[in-house]
Amino acid sequence: MSAQTIVSLPDQSTAKMPKRHYINNEHGLLSWLLTGDHKRIAILYLISITFFFFIGGAFAGLIRLELLTPQSDLVAADTYNKFFTMHGIIMIFLFLVPSVPATLGNFLIPIMLGAKDLAFPKINLLSWYLYLAGGIFTLTALVLGGVDTGWTFTTPLSTHYLNTHVITTALGIFVAGFSSIFTGLNFIVTIHRMRCPGMTWFKMPLFVWSHYAASLLMVLGTPVLAIALVLVLLERLFGIGVFDPTKGGDPLLFQHLFWFYSHPAVYIMILPGMGVISEVIATFSRKRVFGYSAVAFSSVAIALFGFFVWEHHMFIMGVSNYSALVFSLLTMLVAVPSAIKVFNWSFTLQKGSITFETPMLYAFAFIGLFTIGGLTGVFLGALGMDIHLTETYFIVAHFHYVMVGGMLMAFLAGIHFWWPKMTGRMYPESLSKLSAVTSFIGFNLTFMPQFILGYLGMPRRYAAYPPEFQVLNVLSTAGATVLGVGFLLPLLYLGWSLKYGAIAGNNPWQATGLEWQIQSPPPTENFLETPIMDHEAYDYEWLANKTKHEVTTVG
Amino acid sequence: MGISPVLWQFLTNWLHGSALFPAEASSISPWVDALYFFLLLMTVFGVVLVGALLTFFSVRYRRERSPVATQVEGSTLLEATWTIIPLAIFLLVFVWGALLYFRIYNPPTNALNIYVVGKQWMWKAEHPGGQHEINALHVPMGKPVQLTMISQDVFHSFSIPDFRVKREVIPGRYSTVWFEATRPGTYHLFCTQYCGTQHSGMIGEVTVLTPVDYQKWLHESTSGMSLAQNGERLFASMGCNQCHSGTAAARGPNLAGVYGSKLTLTDGSQVLVTDAYLRDAILSPSQHVTAGFAPIMPTYQGQISEDGLIDLVEYIKGLQSNYRVQQTLVTSTSSDAAPKTPEPGTTTPEMVKP
Repeated sequence: MSAQTIVSLPDQSTAKMPKRHYINNEHGLLSWLLTGDHKRIAILYLISITFFFFIGGAFAGLIRLELLTPQSDLVAADTYNKFFTMHGIIMIFLFLVPSVPATLGNFLIPIMLGAKDLAFPKINLLSWYLYLAGGIFTLTALVLGGVDTGWTFTTPLSTHYLNTHVITTALGIFVAGFSSIFTGLNFIVTIHRMRCPGMTWFKMPLFVWSHYAASLLMVLGTPVLAIALVLVLLERLFGIGVFDPTKGGDPLLFQHLFWFYSHPAVYIMILPGMGVISEVIATFSRKRVFGYSAVAFSSVAIALFGFFVWEHHMFIMGVSNYSALVFSLLTMLVAVPSAIKVFNWSFTLQKGSITFETPMLYAFAFIGLFTIGGLTGVFLGALGMDIHLTETYFIVAHFHYVMVGGMLMAFLAGIHFWWPKMTGRMYPESLSKLSAVTSFIGFNLTFMPQFILGYLGMPRRYAAYPPEFQVLNVLSTAGATVLGVGFLLPLLYLGWSLKYGAIAGNNPWQATGLEWQIQSPPPTENFLETPIMDHEAYDYEWLANKTKHEVTTVG
Repeated sequence: MGISPVLWQFLTNWLHGSALFPAEASSISPWVDALYFFLLLMTVFGVVLVGALLTFFSVRYRRERSPVATQVEGSTLLEATWTIIPLAIFLLVFVWGALLYFRIYNPPTNALNIYVVGKQWMWKAEHPGGQHEINALHVPMGKPVQLTMISQDVFHSFSIPDFRVKREVIPGRYSTVWFEATRPGTYHLFCTQYCGTQHSGMIGEVTVLTPVDYQKWLHESTSGMSLAQNGERLFASMGCNQCHSGTAAARGPNLAGVYGSKLTLTDGSQVLVTDAYLRDAILSPSQHVTAGFAPIMPTYQGQISEDGLIDLVEYIKGLQSNYRVQQTLVTSTSSDAAPKTPEPGTTTPEMVKP
């Protein structure tokens, strides 16, 4: 509760790139492909995930172009169906689920805990290969002619009525799923076993807490998806009949199995993003996160409740009225911890000393968009309202607000925030601020009209639609164009900064995390001597004293 | 509703005139819209509140004005406030939404029943009088209409946005939805569950007619045979009346008055005979053996189309005495006897209706 001395940003011009770091420690392609270093694996993930993001984004662009006119005149209905299927599958399984955990989580969790690596470096590398294999399988299906099940693989459509590459795609997702399980497992073990001396659970950064919660979901949820996909394959290949009513099966069983994973999957995506936001907000307001333990516990609460809400995807499917009641109630409860987080982040700013660097702008965008996404989720959790809104563009807008507006903004916030640490270089400040503003405006222009379209009743996954919906669709497509520019900009200037960016120095943001106390980019072994965590997380007084001490010793 | 009725009228009229709001064309629509406005208000309030907090703190505590941060650990009082208030609002929304759900999905008993079969890629509606329509549905205004729906292939979803109703149409089981239309006119009927290539082409039109016009339409569109009559013919041609003859020596249970009754099965359990039960009992009889009868009924899985099942069910529903059954028995045996009796076992029952 006491005032701290102001820490001025160090003079960047004198900062020098360290001679030896994880990037130049070994040379050659093989040294990357066979590495056990969590930081290098994170970079491998970052490159492959970015690749898939832009492929998925290209499909999004095609979808919006097709919807510019009411007729299906750009492509035939069949092709359009393949477009939205590939968009969904790539974005969810190959981008959103692994994005923050596999890149930033992989890079940062060991460093934040004061460890030299993850618990199982070889399994970590294996998980990247599994991810890549899954991605290549999925892309193969795309090149061979695509798949048109929708990312939800609804049976019996996917098992009996489609002649597209369902098996290849499902296998791809099945394999990529194991990468997710291994990553989760690795994080859980690392967080339990490899914290440095003094790093108690409640001294861990909130980024680590959120990854811990997400890892639980990955490890417990993903196998159920794997089972559902295996059953789809068996049904398709051998007609075993678990989902076929004429053989005594139940087509709703697939929905239960699929959503048992795929609802928690939303939290696998969003929780790590929330972790990023906690770090960014604390750093740029120079304050400890308001109610640290409430934010930590709300992550775990979201993970636990997240397992008991899947049936809210099935309110109109003829589930019993009473089970619908229970699941609606649980859905309302899961909204509460999210509300807690939003208010805690807001009040972290109070009495802070706030600056508005690019990661902070992205974090603000996250809070705004996530608030809208979260509150519109309450519409869908309310039983009577869900009947009208589900399967329309309202739901499309809602989950894009949560997953793209929330998750992607958090990912970009995190990439910008830790870019100096990962590469040792700064990115151009004004361009990056422009990209944050552009994507925020573009995002709202794209998805706000879709809420209205949804209440008007426009169904999702329509290649052609009644002409009265055109004006709002044109607006949405215009927004998507702006959004596309907002996402392309970072690709360009971040690439540029790799060679031409200013040298960042160890701690350009004056942040408190252990990762900022080592050189940028870090050495392969992270810490030359095992650190001791002798202060709380986000302790700016500790940082001020440390800096003062260093200044005096150097001077 | 704390809003004056005049203002409410003005507001809804204005909204329906604008292109941003769907028509209110069923008795349930105003109720759904009321909850929608409440939720919209909650969202706007929440977003404005968060936006205001962020803006205020950003201006007040920016680096230039507040060079030094004051560390605050948290505040139990504040955190309890923003846990309890959202919780209370969400619970209110839960109760409101649940009441609405029961209202939308529990049909009144006097509803007019129309059958709908969804298939790739069309909606086929069958009125009790035998009127069939494809991608169209004519309903009377001011009368509750219940749709009993089933899919012949994949999941479809039956949605009329202007009525604010929607229900999944599922292979292998009947689902129902009901509404009471309040304004004559034509409204969109969408399939909202992705169902394959022509998903976006599975659009129909719901036409709401005044009761007089509806009667006129029924007369003009009749095919001459009601669903129950079709069912009766099917009942005879599939040979159902051989066992379900309604006599004391019959090998199958008496079907007169069976619909809506409680039936005791061989395992001692009791079931309520509904449309869904009748359908299941025809398709997988071995799992639905009535107490006192031998499990000798063959399965009709794959031999009767969903349309045919609807006809049979409609026929059985209407059976109040055995008179009709015995009539059909006489007719069918006499016609069987006429030219040549096919040898037992050689006839392969075909799909009676395509």
